[in-house]
Amino acid sequence: MNKQYIMAVLPTFIFMALVFFFWRGLSLDPAHVPSSRLDQKLPHFSLPRLGEDATLVSSTELVGKPIALHVFASWCSTCATEPVFLRHLKQAGVHLVGLNYKDTREDATRWLSTWGNPYELILSDEQGRVGIDLGVYGTPETFFIDKEGIIRERYVGPITEDVWEQNLKSKWEQLQ
Amino acid sequence: MKRIGLIFLLLMSHTVLAEALYPFDNAKKTAQFQGLLKELRCLVCQNQDLNDSHAPLAIDLKNEVYRLVQEGKSDDEIIRYLTARYGDFILFKPPVKSATYILWFAPFVFLLLGFALLMMRVRRE
Repeated sequence: MNKQYIMAVLPTFIFMALVFFFWRGLSLDPAHVPSSRLDQKLPHFSLPRLGEDATLVSSTELVGKPIALHVFASWCSTCATEPVFLRHLKQAGVHLVGLNYKDTREDATRWLSTWGNPYELILSDEQGRVGIDLGVYGTPETFFIDKEGIIRERYVGPITEDVWEQNLKSKWEQLQ
Repeated sequence: MKRIGLIFLLLMSHTVLAEALYPFDNAKKTAQFQGLLKELRCLVCQNQDLNDSHAPLAIDLKNEVYRLVQEGKSDDEIIRYLTARYGDFILFKPPVKSATYILWFAPFVFLLLGFALLMMRVRRE
């Protein structure tokens, strides 16, 4: 009797377990790759300021206050949706450092004059080497770096007001 | 006959082109480079390997692998260099470590379990 009972309900349980895993699988986003740079030091680099090839900025100069390193490019169509909200963030006191990724000086300058410049400082990574060191695989990407120079958060995708309020604001405030 | 020759040429052109773009001074390095590119995932078009992909990032990473192979780095060193930046996701084959034990060993556990169940039944009859 007991054994028959188990055999009768077993398929239902197996079915429910499968539904659970498939359902979970549907909600996973394969485009969301976790960063392997979290809680590590910002990789060392030395990059020119955009438009001034002669002034090199070293990554050590960025250490001292929490910054949001924002990877953008003029060829990235999604990036054009961001500057308006990013300017709000700048006014709210977020130190935004732009990393102009695999772009040319002319295109980037034109793009900034079209959409506005929300950054305190823009570094030019024309070859994308710093991008590789950071594990950048698509623009826009945002890295939160604390005042000790440790990467605390990586967000892939455009920063909108919703994204900021729901995902990023609390993490940014923790850095203060 | 001519057509077969042309098809053959087209099939070969992939490898020949790769060798022309990424020349090595010895065959061992060429083989290492080709082997690595097949194990590494293009992060932009995720079901392609680096060898097949022409996404700008894939080309950058290919150049990076080329540079490292030229410098005489081993497969292990190159893979460590890339996973430090892009995580295990860049590898098609997940490494065996505590987080992936279930993935690697669960099939064998289930196989043994099934075998044990079978034995129990057979013995009872």
